Amino acid sequence: MNTFPVGTLFALSLTAYLGGAFACLASWQKPTLCRYICCGSALAGAVFGGLAAVLGILQGTPLLWSFSSGIPLFTYSFEYDALAGFFNLTLAILAGAVSLYSFSYLREFEGKRNIGFFGFLFLLLLLSLIVVFTAANAFLFLMGWEVMALVAYGLVTFYHEDRETRRAGLLYIVMAHIDAGCLLLGFALLMQVSGSADFASFRTAAAQLSSGQQATAFVFFFLGFGIKAGIIPFHIWLPAAHPVAPSNISALLSGIVLKAGIYGMARIFLGGLGVLPSWAGLLVLIVGVASAVLGVLYALMEHDIKRLLAYHSIENIGIILIGLGATLVFRAAGHPQLAAVALIAAIFHTLNHAIFKCLLFLGAGSVLHSTGTRNMEEMGGLIRPMPVTAFCFLIGAVAISGLPPLNGFVSEWLTYQSLLAGYGATGGLTRILFPLAGSMLALTGALAAACFVKAFAITFLALPRGAESRQVHEAPRSMLVGMGWLTVACLALGLGATWFLPVFDTLTEQLLGQRVGTNLISGHGLVLSAGMPHGGTVSTAVIGFGLVILLIPSVLLVSNGARRFAWKRGPTWDCGLPGLSEENEYTATAFSKPLRMIFSALYQPRREIQAVFDVSPYFPKEIRFESEIEPTFEKRLYIPLRDLLLRFAIRMRPIQAGSIHAYLAYIFVTLILLLLFGVRP
Amino acid sequence: MTGLLAKAGLQLVLLLLVAPLFSGIIKTLKARLQTRRGPGVLQSYRDIFKLLHKGMVIPETASWIFSATPYIVFVTAALVGLMIPMTTTDAPLSLFGGVLAVVYLLALGRFFLALGGLDAGSSFGGLGSSREMTISAIAEPAMMLAIFTVALAASSTNLSEMAKVAVSQSWKFLAPSQMLAFAALFIVLIAETGRIPVDNPATHLELTMIHEAMILEYSGPYLALLEWGASIKQLVLMTLVVNTFFPFGLSSDWTARGLGLGLIFYLTKMLLLLCLIVLVETTNAKLRLFRVPELLMISFIFGALALISTFLF
Repeated sequence: MNTFPVGTLFALSLTAYLGGAFACLASWQKPTLCRYICCGSALAGAVFGGLAAVLGILQGTPLLWSFSSGIPLFTYSFEYDALAGFFNLTLAILAGAVSLYSFSYLREFEGKRNIGFFGFLFLLLLLSLIVVFTAANAFLFLMGWEVMALVAYGLVTFYHEDRETRRAGLLYIVMAHIDAGCLLLGFALLMQVSGSADFASFRTAAAQLSSGQQATAFVFFFLGFGIKAGIIPFHIWLPAAHPVAPSNISALLSGIVLKAGIYGMARIFLGGLGVLPSWAGLLVLIVGVASAVLGVLYALMEHDIKRLLAYHSIENIGIILIGLGATLVFRAAGHPQLAAVALIAAIFHTLNHAIFKCLLFLGAGSVLHSTGTRNMEEMGGLIRPMPVTAFCFLIGAVAISGLPPLNGFVSEWLTYQSLLAGYGATGGLTRILFPLAGSMLALTGALAAACFVKAFAITFLALPRGAESRQVHEAPRSMLVGMGWLTVACLALGLGATWFLPVFDTLTEQLLGQRVGTNLISGHGLVLSAGMPHGGTVSTAVIGFGLVILLIPSVLLVSNGARRFAWKRGPTWDCGLPGLSEENEYTATAFSKPLRMIFSALYQPRREIQAVFDVSPYFPKEIRFESEIEPTFEKRLYIPLRDLLLRFAIRMRPIQAGSIHAYLAYIFVTLILLLLFGVRP
Repeated sequence: MTGLLAKAGLQLVLLLLVAPLFSGIIKTLKARLQTRRGPGVLQSYRDIFKLLHKGMVIPETASWIFSATPYIVFVTAALVGLMIPMTTTDAPLSLFGGVLAVVYLLALGRFFLALGGLDAGSSFGGLGSSREMTISAIAEPAMMLAIFTVALAASSTNLSEMAKVAVSQSWKFLAPSQMLAFAALFIVLIAETGRIPVDNPATHLELTMIHEAMILEYSGPYLALLEWGASIKQLVLMTLVVNTFFPFGLSSDWTARGLGLGLIFYLTKMLLLLCLIVLVETTNAKLRLFRVPELLMISFIFGALALISTFLF
């Protein structure tokens, strides 16, 4: 097939982002024009990028463009295969939604903040993501990676007058550099073996890796990409950094920037490192399970709506890693068919999570936009003033809880199926791990549902709890369009999963040499099967259809009675007291209390109650209640580590005494040592 | 296609008709064990009929979620009922959703039920929703482990496939893995259907109720749908337990003779399970809420042991 359209569209999308970024910077003094340029060029880039991705996925052969740079090892090489295509497609869907949303969202920045600078960073973020997803040279990849990290820092600290924001930004940038360092070491190791920095040469040289080198490189890459993806225990930057950014940026950070870590893992673990031993896959699987369960448990304790969503990103990254880990195990055990199903589960969940997490963050952004608070305890009743936002958020909440017939269910179902297949495909005691991982996935799913019942109900239902949520308005139209687009995507990918899944054929063929699309689909293209004889089957389309059909008799039953008798509105039962107020409502803290008690070993909750009373302690006049949970990872891991580093730094202080003579001596000694090394050969 | 619709219609009718009967039988049996006369086995039908012909009061603070909830609860329960083998191994919609779809569709109903509980804005609804979501969350891993044990033996999550494998093999309930999985699933059944010692369906005592607290604000036809949906859900879970572990008499086709025999066997097996549940309900006191996790932990351990014993034996 002609490579022309993909290349042209790809170049057009790069140009739109790059050109838009500088045009924004140039027009910063005219905020309205700048806003139009920013959103317009992002939308154009998304459209071109999306078309390129669709064409790139559909054509079977990977495309390669390479331009020499004149610097040894460094070439401008881009590879556009199906994996790159999928991540670019995800990026394009999100970039389209966010650019539409931002059109109204950025209006509040006019006259207050520099939209030019914001647009510059925003477009550069999209550009760097495209580079990361297509780079075929280690240095080009790292360059894109670093630009992405720095630009994201600029966006995270956009509200820099806040002390919390600055601290979060610092934590983020430190972690980002630790991960870049790990990646550099990993790539250095591969370059040493292959003698080139091109990904293609890594793949050919993979056979020459000794098992020690392979293991070392795996650990570096897993750390590097894992920190970016927010796996536990390297997650602490994520719930700090994502919520403080502007909401449209939070949506992109959680939706797609985290996925750069997943992309890197898929790219390197399934390409440049050869066939990894099964312990590597099991490690990824176990880390995935831990991230999923702990992520959702911490999310349950949050009542800051954006932090809650950020913790759910950790959970979903865990679910993706379960699929990816299973892929690696099956590949090592010689079951390429199963590996392909597990990989589809992982990549499909990546796409799905990107969509519904972006949707939820945009919804939270609309709520924040109109109430001015991130604290759920002050919200409530928003479904009446903001019906469209509430509906979109509800769809996102159902999808992220993995409930049928939406898209989250399909990818979780595939993950379950590959876990069950793992029991038969592996030997020894490790096979027990797969069903156990499946039961932990079930726990995660049920806890996520509990958490989103809380998030939706406390935010949108019943009575308003705070003054902020009494006088609110629906979000402007462009924000609703952005959310609506993602809502439609959630529904379409859920109900139409069987029509979408065959496009993964090119991906699994390129990475694993297997086409399983036809095995996955049966029953006139309506039924999704697990890709193995007998296996399980499910059909979201029929489930959706069945739910609608069964609705008819139930509506008839109810309306039959209601025709004869009146429906009326009445007050909620108030135990005979004079009317209910918002003080009688359940709060987010109260909702999660049973789980806080059950998992108290993890949370170490601490609470303090001070009551002021006159006569009897049963009739207090005033109560002050304080409750907090222990941030275990910060307290047990990071604070001791930081203290250790500081103590080490103090020890090292004497060698930097400020004496110029000592410094000259250091330079001299270093020079001698380097000469010794250089002359030695 | 028409065959599929006919089967689905037949099973739907059976499902809708039998579900309230079992709720009634439980109530009557319980009353007899407590030396009361009880309301009679048909009382659940009378309740539903009565409620369907009453007006209703909707809380002033409630939104459309409150009104959508009864439909979603009812519809998900009924759809799930078409995915499980009741009298034959060949469930009508088995191809379109296996045991995972069953669990997750019930979770969809529960999701909205919990939202509906919170929508009215009283503390009771929130209390019920919070407890319901908590208990179901910690029951989920035990349930999945027990189900996986059976699914792995049949190498399918499709319920008809599982039933066929169970029927074709010699009955092996006495195998340790089956007994342990049954014990695990029985505990989960008690928790999921809200029976003593986890929840008391007969109480409106504020501090102990779970399911009743969520539906406290519902009345009239909505309440009828919710009660009916709850009894269908209970039927579905009991059928799952009965037909997975005791597959006797499951007809392999949809002939009248097979169905008739299957129905007789099915009703007998269910009646025995009901007796067991009633015995458990009558001989136990309701647990304190924070003792429930321990019970479910036992169930989880049973599930894990069941899994390990498939590996050992």
